[in-house]
Amino acid sequence: MSEPQNGSTATFERVADIIAETADIPREKITPESHAIDDLGIDSLAFLDIAFAVDKAFGIKLPLERWTQEVNEGKVPAEEYFVLKNLCARIDALVAEKAAKA
Amino acid sequence: MRLEYFEMIDSVRLLDRAAGRIEALARVPDASPVFEGHFPGYPLVPGVLLTETMAQASGYLVLAHLDFALMPFLMAVDKARFRSFVGPGAELIVAASLVHDGSGYAVTKASIRHGDKALADAELRFRTMPFPAELDGLMRARAREIGLTGASGPGDASAGPAR
Repeated sequence: MSEPQNGSTATFERVADIIAETADIPREKITPESHAIDDLGIDSLAFLDIAFAVDKAFGIKLPLERWTQEVNEGKVPAEEYFVLKNLCARIDALVAEKAAKA
Repeated sequence: MRLEYFEMIDSVRLLDRAAGRIEALARVPDASPVFEGHFPGYPLVPGVLLTETMAQASGYLVLAHLDFALMPFLMAVDKARFRSFVGPGAELIVAASLVHDGSGYAVTKASIRHGDKALADAELRFRTMPFPAELDGLMRARAREIGLTGASGPGDASAGPAR
């Protein structure tokens, strides 16, 4: 699996706004280095709420089941998906992938 | 409906897989222990049971959409509205539409009406998970009973058409 680049600033801003609103977390606490679970305390239910909002906002489908399986099997460290700069990079990649197919 | 057993859906009258839509029928029983408490002398179906009814219609829709590969479990209820009283003997039409098929979750909008009169509506979200072994057969059997197509297991051709 290729190393993800950092997500764009615009993507981060949008995702941070979604997290702040959906999980009721002060916006200033959310940084690109934040770990959604360890730093922001987002639980699995709230993360699914965030995933729904992200799916809608970006017109994509975050592959949460695959990510969860990869983390649980130890194939990928959780930071690759749950640190926001990495999450945003993956969102950008999914958006680009969708655009390429269109 | 058998309120005490949480069997809220009597039959499926429409399942449009392509459109992601289901309509089901549910008749409120004339008598139920539920009405003894809610309320004494003034029986009404509790809003939580109307929510459960919408969740079950949505759940069967998600089950059909996923070909029974995963089990939907209710995880969130948004914008629930109970617009009119629902009492014993009411004939309900329960509708649900798939709003979003996410990875590991699904989102529906559901409503209950009597004729053209809106009674309740809500947006529901479900976590979709591998079937607990105890539930697979039971859910398929119940789905067949209410006429949900695609509820049969491998080699089982007994599922009837949606009513």
